[in-house]
Amino acid sequence: MKLDDAFGIHGQALMLRSERARLLAGNLANADTPGYKAVDIDFDRVLQNALDGKTALRITHAAHIVAGSGFGVGAETLYRVPYQPSIDGNTVDTQMEQAAFAQNALGYEASLRFLNSRISGLIQAIRGE
Amino acid sequence: MSLFRIFDIAGSGMSAQSLRLNATASNIANAESVSSSIDKTYRARHPIFATVMNEFQFDEEGATGGVQIQGIVESQAPLHQEYQPDHPMADEQGYVYFPNVSIVEEMANMIAASRSYQSNVEVMNASKQMLIHTLNLGQ
Repeated sequence: MKLDDAFGIHGQALMLRSERARLLAGNLANADTPGYKAVDIDFDRVLQNALDGKTALRITHAAHIVAGSGFGVGAETLYRVPYQPSIDGNTVDTQMEQAAFAQNALGYEASLRFLNSRISGLIQAIRGE
Repeated sequence: MSLFRIFDIAGSGMSAQSLRLNATASNIANAESVSSSIDKTYRARHPIFATVMNEFQFDEEGATGGVQIQGIVESQAPLHQEYQPDHPMADEQGYVYFPNVSIVEEMANMIAASRSYQSNVEVMNASKQMLIHTLNLGQ
């Protein structure tokens, strides 16, 4: 068993959750900015892409260097379709954004909890207790 | 780590909203500040919000950023003028000028600003909790 694989999906999920939290925080900060368009990512799709290695840069030449494990969220960012258009062109629905932020934070905590139990399991196995 | 960025973003939102609250307070405080000429009369002030583009927008990580105050504009609505020849501030024709502050509008603005401020504070608190829990990972 490779230690890299021990944590499974959760490391990437955490990264992606924190990216999404940043986007949603930007939406909430710009709740009153005229003309601001709310953005979000399709979490499931981006995570699936990351797992399939679609967002990672492939090394096809000896001179290539390994890039960081970025998600390339910028390309995956989508604009929200507003339920109610507002006259100043702003598409932030504060309540919806807050709900999405809370849901995202819970998902983050869930991933953390999974990681924590995995780590304590590994430690237990290492110590042989 | 983009969780650290959230502090900047929510902080920029809080500072923008508090400036808006400041402008509202100034408008309400000066709602009855009379003057004897049109030029010297106080006019309602409102901040203009804009998304911070250069710092966050075009980096490799993402697409959105905080908010900034682009400027403060004075309302161009007509002033209220009243005929009060006994008033010490009255001009030669006996008129005094009142600011174009709409109290109702300012109250609505105040509530909106304080609600937005609160939601930014909540975002900051939530991400602080997320960070603390991340730091405690594996302990």
